[in-house]
Amino acid sequence: MIEDYLLSLILFTPILVGLLTLLIPRERVAAIRWFAFLGSLIPLALSIYMWLAYDPGQPGFQFQVQRDWYPAIGASYRLGVDGISVVLVLLATLLTPISILISWNIKDRVRTYMALFLLLETGMLGVFLTLDLVLFFLFWEIGLVPMYFLINQWGSEKGTREVGGREIPARNYASLKFLILTMAGSLGLLLAISLIGVVAGTFDIVEITRIWSALDQPLALLGVPIGVPIEVVKAVAFWAFVIAFAVKVPIWPFHTWLPDAHTEAPTAGSMILAGVLLKLGAYGFLRLVLPLYPAEARDFAWVLALLATISIVMGAFAAWGQQDFKRLVAYSSVNHMGFVVLGIAAAFFAAGTLSADDAVFAVNGAVLQMFNHGLSAAGMFLLVGVIYDRTHTRDLAAYGGLFSLAPIFGGILIFTSMASLGLPGLNGFVSEFLVVRGAWPIYTFYTVLSMLGLLVTGIYVLKGIRGTLHGPLNEKYADTPIEINRREIIAIAPLMVLMLSIGVWPSWIVKVFNETVMRLVGA
Amino acid sequence: MIEIISWLIPLPPLLAFGLIVLFANRSNRASHTLGIGAMLISWALAMSVFISAVSGGELPVSTEVEWLPTGDTAFNIGTWIDPLTAVTLFFVAWTMLAIFVYSVGYHNYGNARDPEDRPGFPPQAGGIEPMYARFFAFISLFAFAMLALVVTDNLLVLFVGWEIMGFCSYLLIGFWYGKDSAKAAMVKAFMTTRVGDVFLLLGLAYLYSLTGTLTYSEILLNAETLERLATTPSVLGPGTSAAALIALLFFIGTVGKAAQWPLHTWLPDAMEGPTPVSAMIHAAAMVSAGIYLILRIFPLITAGWRHGEPLPDVMVIIAFIGAFTALFAASLAIGQNDIKRVLAYSTISQLGYMVAAVGMGAFVAAAFHLITHAFFKALLFLGSGSVIHGVEHGAHESGEHIDPNDMTHMGGLRKKMPLTFWTFLIGGLTLAGFPIVTAGFWSKDEILAEAYGTNHLAIFIVLALAALLTAFYTMRQITLTFLGEPRSKAAEHAIESKWTMTAPLAMLALFSLTIGWAGIPKGFPVLSSFIPNWVHEFVGATLLEPVESLEFNVIPLLVSVGVALGGLLIGYLMYRRQEAGAPDPLARLGRVYVWIQNKYYFDELYDFLFVRPLYWIAETFVYRGLDRRVIDGTLHGVAGLAGRLGGFLRNKIDLPIVNASGDLVGEGIKTAGFEGRVIQTGRVQAYLIVGIIFAGAMLSYIFFLS
Repeated sequence: MIEDYLLSLILFTPILVGLLTLLIPRERVAAIRWFAFLGSLIPLALSIYMWLAYDPGQPGFQFQVQRDWYPAIGASYRLGVDGISVVLVLLATLLTPISILISWNIKDRVRTYMALFLLLETGMLGVFLTLDLVLFFLFWEIGLVPMYFLINQWGSEKGTREVGGREIPARNYASLKFLILTMAGSLGLLLAISLIGVVAGTFDIVEITRIWSALDQPLALLGVPIGVPIEVVKAVAFWAFVIAFAVKVPIWPFHTWLPDAHTEAPTAGSMILAGVLLKLGAYGFLRLVLPLYPAEARDFAWVLALLATISIVMGAFAAWGQQDFKRLVAYSSVNHMGFVVLGIAAAFFAAGTLSADDAVFAVNGAVLQMFNHGLSAAGMFLLVGVIYDRTHTRDLAAYGGLFSLAPIFGGILIFTSMASLGLPGLNGFVSEFLVVRGAWPIYTFYTVLSMLGLLVTGIYVLKGIRGTLHGPLNEKYADTPIEINRREIIAIAPLMVLMLSIGVWPSWIVKVFNETVMRLVGA
Repeated sequence: MIEIISWLIPLPPLLAFGLIVLFANRSNRASHTLGIGAMLISWALAMSVFISAVSGGELPVSTEVEWLPTGDTAFNIGTWIDPLTAVTLFFVAWTMLAIFVYSVGYHNYGNARDPEDRPGFPPQAGGIEPMYARFFAFISLFAFAMLALVVTDNLLVLFVGWEIMGFCSYLLIGFWYGKDSAKAAMVKAFMTTRVGDVFLLLGLAYLYSLTGTLTYSEILLNAETLERLATTPSVLGPGTSAAALIALLFFIGTVGKAAQWPLHTWLPDAMEGPTPVSAMIHAAAMVSAGIYLILRIFPLITAGWRHGEPLPDVMVIIAFIGAFTALFAASLAIGQNDIKRVLAYSTISQLGYMVAAVGMGAFVAAAFHLITHAFFKALLFLGSGSVIHGVEHGAHESGEHIDPNDMTHMGGLRKKMPLTFWTFLIGGLTLAGFPIVTAGFWSKDEILAEAYGTNHLAIFIVLALAALLTAFYTMRQITLTFLGEPRSKAAEHAIESKWTMTAPLAMLALFSLTIGWAGIPKGFPVLSSFIPNWVHEFVGATLLEPVESLEFNVIPLLVSVGVALGGLLIGYLMYRRQEAGAPDPLARLGRVYVWIQNKYYFDELYDFLFVRPLYWIAETFVYRGLDRRVIDGTLHGVAGLAGRLGGFLRNKIDLPIVNASGDLVGEGIKTAGFEGRVIQTGRVQAYLIVGIIFAGAMLSYIFFLS
């Protein structure tokens, strides 16, 4: 019974809680915070239930709902999950309460902030849950709006950015750049979705997947052939999808919005941005591009693999080149998401072929890496936020020797940094190993090149630790309480538990999506 | 039974780590009780496995469980006890136990905390280490990683242990993180070994994708797989086999971990850590793991090669790196004045022997030297720590400010610290290979005999030269430190360390003397007739095809005895009358001595070749150049263009044309109305005139034109 409504409940509880939050009087800040936090635990509880009830062995989507929604154009309200979306939904619903809990330091317009945050959660979940292209696009865009305002209104107050000789506040610059670049990408997405809708006569992803790749008739509009070969249509739609998702992931060279947006966003915003929003792009590759365009994916997989390798290497180098701790962590996302894309590229090339077994490794690694990066990036931003709160600086040269003042914070920072670095025994290693293992036989040269990125990952991670914790104590902070407080520890503890448990015993989570991945790549 | 025990061996220290971090971090007593207690349990378990293995138990023992499902198959992990595991467990457990106990005394347990001491800096005047609990947590994690690495049955978990150890060594080298030198050393150690690690990771991926497994039994003890790997061409082309390339990738990992040239630079700097850590890294665990790896994959390295055949390329490379490192590092050790740095270079050099042995296909000799080296090097490091402790005490007593690690300030300590002296002497003689009574003699002699017996004369000569230097720098160290008269007040006031430090020394000294008797080569005059070559029989059985031991030959034996005694003698003669402040006799070497003192400028070279260019790439090229200038510049350009296009549309199209035409209509009508107002006079006569004119015009039009 509850199964029928489960996904709808997960999807709409956040926005409902958000709306109810708006009813609380503005000055009752504590009540607003706790209401939003406790409310955001409901979708988490529901998605844990979903994860437990999900049966990996059963093919197809589970907990499906289908209702008429916009019959005139053939769009319907259809939700469903497979192994890949289960873990991503879990990630999104986990990170939202944690982000809300870490937002206690927001003092200004708390009510609006919380409402926007919960709206954001619905937007993200919608992308993972929906099985209809129109709804997919709708939720894809919904996520942008709250994030724009979160950066623009609650972002860091300091800092300016010079553009064309004018100084503009960095948070305005960053939020605009984020919005415009993502929108630019999604223009093509909208176009491609419309095109598919016209050709296929439906927006149902499952249905389209079934018929689309078999289409070989020239494009017809209202029954009249317009003389465009279907290959061209598919290639155009393929690239439109790829660019939209590439901006979101982001893949080099579409990535420069990321360091700005992550750096200027409030702590919780950065956590969600890095933790979940980036996954939307990678999810799009797996959910839409691979099933819909197997032939194009195979032809152009090398482009994606090349760009992924460049992202890994350049992202790592750029992170090393930072003096701003938060920007360093931001760039690390480019580096880590590069491994996700490398795994996906390998699957693009090998899906359905004799080396599909290697693709299984690669995609398993990519999906796990998405989850892992969600944990470690969110954790890192949380910790950067904690230290910024106390010292009001993000400059790595301005800390120094804080380990002795904040041993618990130091321990947690080292732990999380090591997860991000891919230390075996923690989560990042398992997924990186799977990607490397899967990509090696398919893209040997790129895999070897990406090792340079892995090496530099070590350098920038240690640079962060070294700048904050080590060295002689900076006397300026001798009397400042630096240590992490209990609320913040509670916020990061679940992330740490997950990092460790995935690193030590990955099978509990890989089992959820392994069989979905096998079906996806045809192994 | 052994199956279960083998799983349990690594766990107690892990548990201790967790408990100390979470609950016992404020209690010094609880933390060392947990740490040592856990180590003691692991030690007992390891010994029971060892004893059951050597007393004829069925080998190998293996167990496994599913760890990571991928596709239809799953990656299984488990434990694996074979002769190599058993002997490694033996020396790891003993040395680690010694190090744990020693740490209690080393960190001044029992003394009150000195209010002057700050966390992140070494205690100044004999107060207890402020981060005492943290130290035991770290070394427990370290012990866990090493034990896990040893008992595992597959290369992936080996890599996990390998990396966790690397991480622990990072934490421990930088234990006194407040010191800038420690801060630099910890990063250097981690990053240099990571260079090797990424190659190792590639090797794992390659091997895994070719064979579908990383389990020892399915690769290394499977003649069919080995054969297939040896005949498959690698991704580099038909010139190298897959087995050779994988072995090479793994070996690069060893080069990093075991600090072989050219990745050796991190290890001397790692001396920044507390001395028990140095012993842990350089004897018991980390660097040994590097050698353990190439011993493990020995069947892969030698795949397709038979004893007596010319060495394949990969073995030549390994043998060359090993032999070169042995000599190279020994030549650096002779010019060091820091007591621990001498030992650091000595470690690099001794590991070079083992690597060279593996390169020559001498599996047993390498394993044997690994075991003896672990004992005597742990002994020497812990001994040097005891010396430093004593001199630090003396410096504090006498108020003298000297570097307590500097041997030129020591001298005459044999009377002040007799226990330390005697044990250090035993360790030193073992390192130098003093004939018959020391273990180092037997194991080093075996490597030399292998080199000679298999006609690798170049390697033989290089290693013999290295042995000469080894004996020399060892005696130089002993003479400078313990013999002669004190060269500083600090040395005069030095005192013997506590029992918690000296008892482990005595234990290790005992092993350094006796362990070699287990490996007396067959045919050695007199001795071999009543002591069998147990090491060869037992450890050699690890391999699929046990190797025959060589015929005994007297030439390498004589050379080995000659260089050991010669080196010791020269060292003693040169340094026995060294005065305080006098220049080192080696300074007569002139420029060579300067080069040695500066470690052949490798640090500077790497800084120039790698560190600075790479940082330039990161900061200037990738970040400022590509991201900020090119990509963001393009974006801003597009935005500017869009802005200008908007401006153009507004100023050139919208305003003059669209707006203007719209305006024209409105304004035109307005103007027309305004202008036309003049005719709206309100006078009937005027309207009438207009009406008549208009009617006339109409009529004329109709009349004339229709």
